[in-house]
Amino acid sequence: METIKTESPPDTLADKQRFGGHGENIVAPILQADGTLAAGAECPMDDDQVQEVLSLMIRSRLIDERGVSYQRQGRIGTFSENRGQEGASAGSAMALNAETDWVVQSYRELPVLLRQGMPLEQYWTLFIGHPDGWGFPEGVNVWPLQIELGAQMPHAVGMAWGFKRQQRPGVVVGYIGDGATSEGDFYEAGNLAGVTKAPVVFFVQNNGWAISTPRERQTAASSIAAKAAGWGMPSYIVDGNDVFAVYSVMREAVARARNGEGATLIEAQTYRVGAHNTSDAPSRYRTEDGADAIARTDPLVRLRTYATSLGLWDADRDAALTESTYIEIDEAFKVAHERAKVRTPSMLFDHVYADPPARTIRQRETIEKEFDQ
Amino acid sequence: MTTLTMVEAVRSALMTEMERDDRVMVLGEDVGKLGGVYRATEGLIERFGPDRVFDTPIAEASIIGASVGLAASGVIPVAELQFLGFGHLAFHQVAHQLARLRYRSRGKLTAPVTIRAPFGGGVRALEIHSDAYESMYANVPGLKVVAPATAHDAKGMLLASIRDEDPVLFLEPLRGYRLIKDEVPDGDYTVELGKARIAREGNDITLIAWSGMVPQAERAADTLASEGISAEVIDLRSITPLDVDTLATSVAKTGRAVIIQEGPLSSGFAAEVATTIAEEVFYSLEAPVQRVAGPDTPYPFAAALEDFYLPGQSRILGAARKALSA
Repeated sequence: METIKTESPPDTLADKQRFGGHGENIVAPILQADGTLAAGAECPMDDDQVQEVLSLMIRSRLIDERGVSYQRQGRIGTFSENRGQEGASAGSAMALNAETDWVVQSYRELPVLLRQGMPLEQYWTLFIGHPDGWGFPEGVNVWPLQIELGAQMPHAVGMAWGFKRQQRPGVVVGYIGDGATSEGDFYEAGNLAGVTKAPVVFFVQNNGWAISTPRERQTAASSIAAKAAGWGMPSYIVDGNDVFAVYSVMREAVARARNGEGATLIEAQTYRVGAHNTSDAPSRYRTEDGADAIARTDPLVRLRTYATSLGLWDADRDAALTESTYIEIDEAFKVAHERAKVRTPSMLFDHVYADPPARTIRQRETIEKEFDQ
Repeated sequence: MTTLTMVEAVRSALMTEMERDDRVMVLGEDVGKLGGVYRATEGLIERFGPDRVFDTPIAEASIIGASVGLAASGVIPVAELQFLGFGHLAFHQVAHQLARLRYRSRGKLTAPVTIRAPFGGGVRALEIHSDAYESMYANVPGLKVVAPATAHDAKGMLLASIRDEDPVLFLEPLRGYRLIKDEVPDGDYTVELGKARIAREGNDITLIAWSGMVPQAERAADTLASEGISAEVIDLRSITPLDVDTLATSVAKTGRAVIIQEGPLSSGFAAEVATTIAEEVFYSLEAPVQRVAGPDTPYPFAAALEDFYLPGQSRILGAARKALSA
């Protein structure tokens, strides 16, 4: 990991709680809040990649905003937005080879899913509440979203371990939020990853809030990254709103995994600008509203400012992407809406068993008859 | 054919399948050099190496959770839970993750995982080693639960379980590991999952049991035979899927049924069997269906109390006589 520049650990307790202090590596900043590069830092992406990741973040933001609006209109069910976390999500996804690498998602990683090739109509189909939304098409290497917090992490380790055993290419990334790192599965998975040297990356999106519980109530540890020391696993803390720093540390972690050097934990410190989901009411437990938060932390503004300063982005490109994304959103929603009209009682029984038992087949026939009016 | 104990039959199945299919991998606590605390995996690590016979950290949720991921990657995991009683530490991974992977991913990811676990009492073990929790797993859609009672079926059903495209919980009677001994074919064969076995034919009453309770049912049938009563003994073999036809045919013939389970009575799997009989052949019944089970108390951790807990001959014969006298 020689290419990753790190800083020395902070001295004050307050800084330790924010930045760690138990041997975790702290990734030095690259893209600063004002959209300029830190002194001596180099952009780890080429121009095409800068434009790709910026486009990904903008598209994700627009899709999120529309998702919240669709939910308010009653067109989709409960929805969780990634808004404010695009730097961490998109930056990490950019380091993956979508053809060989796998994403074991939590439920708040829209830019990652888009980068892995998820068709947008699938996303809407899922949130409309139709089972077709759960199945990713062949070639889109993503696991279904995970409701049981933390339970995805052993899957990520197992899949990576299996790739290693079969000498198949592929790195697996397990995404998890700060709240879910209190779950037992997170610790068991980390421990097993250490023992097996599986080609896996634990990517923690620490957005500061687990619904209403702030990060400092989640753990007394100096950082979430500090926990990896107990597994014999290197770990990094990175500013999740610095897309370049996220990308560079993720690229190193993926390279380590690919080279057979085992697992890495990355804690990307970002901020959940919006609510936990559309059923949540953040004003009951925090004072800062979304507008203030986004003004303070926005990873998208940061990158857009940087790209604009280099001539890689401008208002025309922005307008064109916004327009094409709205068209993409509308068309995808239409497709999803049509798909979701197809609902039959037999869908309850699809994919439960490879070879359904006789009793289950009889139940299907009975329910089909019940609704065959 | 060779006479094997139950645990030898399990080992023979693992040997056979690992030899045949190099995707198969065994993982669990102490399955490697020790060969498992009951020696079910003895000799495997010498033959197949530590990558295919993997000693895991003591962490049940990740043994099952990692098996889900291993299966999705193309490996065929055979995971051992050292005791079914420790399975609660992994229950969410079994019920929510393993059993639903095919469903949640709409068929894209599948989990051909076999979980082997000894269960049931009678060996004077400490707390939580002896509980018979099969009914909890029987309520999990997407999961098959099997519990053979003979060495022959243990080998054939374990081979069928490993080859099944869906997850199977394969339960092994702790007390029967060395006590149960019968003729087992040397080579490769399977016994279909979801099919009960008629352990003994009879006309007057049906005794229904599975796993470690089957030998108890057979002994009771011997006693009844000496009194001129012909008891049919059904060894369910599969908890889920349940072989409804074999049950219905037998009880339609005898008109009387006693179901014997080791776990606590209330909401146990015997209740499911009794209801199934009532639904299918109620008008053939000559007497109320009887259940014999452990009491609704924790499984005793004290050897002194174990014999009071476990359903034995007096309880089984008492229930049979009650059914016969109605």
